[in-house]
Amino acid sequence: MTASEIRALFAVASRPEVVSLAGGMPHLAALPLDSLSAEVADVVATEGLVALQYGSAHGVPELREQICDVMALEGIKAHPDDVVVTVGSQMGLDMVTRIFCDPGDVVLAEGPSYVGALGSFAAYQAQVVHVGMDADGLMPEALREAIASVERSGRRIKFLYTIPNFHNPAGVTLAVQRRAEVLDICRTHGILVVEDNPYGLLGFDGVTYPALRSTDPDNVVYLGSFSKTFAAGLRVGWVLAPHAVREKLVLAAESATLCPPTLNQLIVSRYLSTHDWKGQIKTYREAYRERRDAAISSLEQHMPLGSTWNKPNGGFYVWVTVPEGIDTKAMLPRAITQRVAYASGTGFYADGLGSRQLRISYCYPTPERIREGVRRLANVIKDEIELHETFGPTVGRAVSGPHSPSPDTA
Amino acid sequence: MSNRWVAVLSGGLSHEREVSLRSGRRLSAALRSVGLVVEEWDADGSLLTRLKEHRPDAVVVALHGGEGENGSVQTILELMDVPFVGTDSRACRRAWDKPTAKGELARAGLATPEWAVLPHATFRELGAQPVLDAMVERLGLPLILKPDQGGSALGAQVVRDAAELPAAMVGCLAYGNTVLAERFVEGVEVAVAVVDGPDGPYALPPVEIVPENGVYDYTARYTAGLTDFHAPARLDEKAAQAVGELAVSAHRLLGLRDVSRTDAIVAADGTVHFLEVNVSPGLTETSLLPMAVEAAGKSLGEIYAGLIERAVNR
Repeated sequence: MTASEIRALFAVASRPEVVSLAGGMPHLAALPLDSLSAEVADVVATEGLVALQYGSAHGVPELREQICDVMALEGIKAHPDDVVVTVGSQMGLDMVTRIFCDPGDVVLAEGPSYVGALGSFAAYQAQVVHVGMDADGLMPEALREAIASVERSGRRIKFLYTIPNFHNPAGVTLAVQRRAEVLDICRTHGILVVEDNPYGLLGFDGVTYPALRSTDPDNVVYLGSFSKTFAAGLRVGWVLAPHAVREKLVLAAESATLCPPTLNQLIVSRYLSTHDWKGQIKTYREAYRERRDAAISSLEQHMPLGSTWNKPNGGFYVWVTVPEGIDTKAMLPRAITQRVAYASGTGFYADGLGSRQLRISYCYPTPERIREGVRRLANVIKDEIELHETFGPTVGRAVSGPHSPSPDTA
Repeated sequence: MSNRWVAVLSGGLSHEREVSLRSGRRLSAALRSVGLVVEEWDADGSLLTRLKEHRPDAVVVALHGGEGENGSVQTILELMDVPFVGTDSRACRRAWDKPTAKGELARAGLATPEWAVLPHATFRELGAQPVLDAMVERLGLPLILKPDQGGSALGAQVVRDAAELPAAMVGCLAYGNTVLAERFVEGVEVAVAVVDGPDGPYALPPVEIVPENGVYDYTARYTAGLTDFHAPARLDEKAAQAVGELAVSAHRLLGLRDVSRTDAIVAADGTVHFLEVNVSPGLTETSLLPMAVEAAGKSLGEIYAGLIERAVNR
């Protein structure tokens, strides 16, 4: 099945008849829209001539200060001058890749990894070398081996791209005791760390993990986002980078967009100064925990023998391994016919792995819909098992390039 | 005939939803350009209420796959007594099922590649390998596997090596429970649109399909630039006439109405093989019917406006 066939199948996923466990849309229903709309109106009324004007590529100064307050929750001490506001952290990722990577350079990334990052790396013709994870996240030993192997091949490693907290798609978190080791390995080998942390404040157990950046300010570029803690549609994210990198980022941002949208920055800034944003994050956490519980209990109830999954303690995703022999990409049409959608695993690898895996997103549907979706998914897998019992183990056909549903696949 | 107001049905829940939405948008624009009042409706739970409350002069079904081509939506329109463009529900059911359509046309003497149809259950009960072996022995290689129902080549695969068959079967059976395996005929691939006119059905110029990678699969169909099209097809006069006649015969024999598209192969020996017929041809920017309309020096809006008049006056 080709990438465009997969896109076509996802056209149905946005219909209400289908339970989509595929996309990554945050649950926005909890936002205080009434008070928010009043503040937005006031921004235009009182600061309209600034809000609707060009701004600096660096970002609105007041917002950069507030971003430092947000990052302080994860132990980061930063100066607002080192923060560059971007159009979502995706733009930050794109710029970091553009600045550091020449065609053929190597980027290390967890396997699996965020599909949007793999897309950026591919766009700049960087080669991704995956590093294995276990229940405690990235494995330091695997990192050492990957570095040694790339160095033996004579290629240059530009950075390690990592999502340490509530990983997308794997759902795991890098254990605290491993963090120093990972940083140490990278520093020793002269490898920059790009820390992507959109989900860090969405832990379910009351734990906020210390950011990698908090202990290694000189060798970590940190990507942050308001998409999961406030509003994804505003597209406001940021990069916190060492001085020298920051200068280059501002120049790159200027050439890409002149400046991030001023109005959206002022809306975020106003929201942070007038609303109980920490309370809002708590509300989100509660909503996501309830959804996680619905997903996990339904998986336990319905999934056939031979399936495994992790129990995430934060974020949006469960990473499921299905019984041997089943190709989750080939199974997708059957799932759509039975009115459930998921993201098949190969999209999260740059090297063709992942055919036995799939990602369930529990962020958007209600707990009741999640339970129905998992029930349908389990039936789809059971039907597929029957097919494999008939035809024996088969290997799916290769599909080139990353592919997955777009983020707005509800 | 301006001032008619019509509802174009597109979208739906089939695997071809995306294509259908594109067809619907293009057709709606074409109809508006010739003065009709058009609303685009998704075929969802509100369809019956909308039909009752809004009573369009006619409905055009631009749904592809599933309920839009298997006669279900047509049955609803018939039950509601709403005029619509396209084949009636009973003929839809026959044409939609590829083996049924092939069988009827073969009985009437039309050429169609040799085929075998088997549900998953048969493979399961008799053992997959012996059945696959028998299939290859009879049909030869390469062969093409298709879901017995459905369009846009979703799930269709050309198999050149017997070792690829089990994986291809699994891929194909993800789209439905039954597989149509067909002998692969080399030749010039053409699509021929047939439109009902005052003097009966007539064929538009055939469109020749030359996919870059040799197989006209889903990607080749809907990605601009991946397939070369020639409209009219580069056939000699005799072959061009033969494909037109085949398409009109298929349209008549299967009881199709208003508009259809027949896909066929012209083999090296000149034989025209029927592959399948579509009761709701694609109307996207890379679809074949609009190319045929253009090659005929007509416009999509003009042709469909005429069909709408026929439907209203039926």
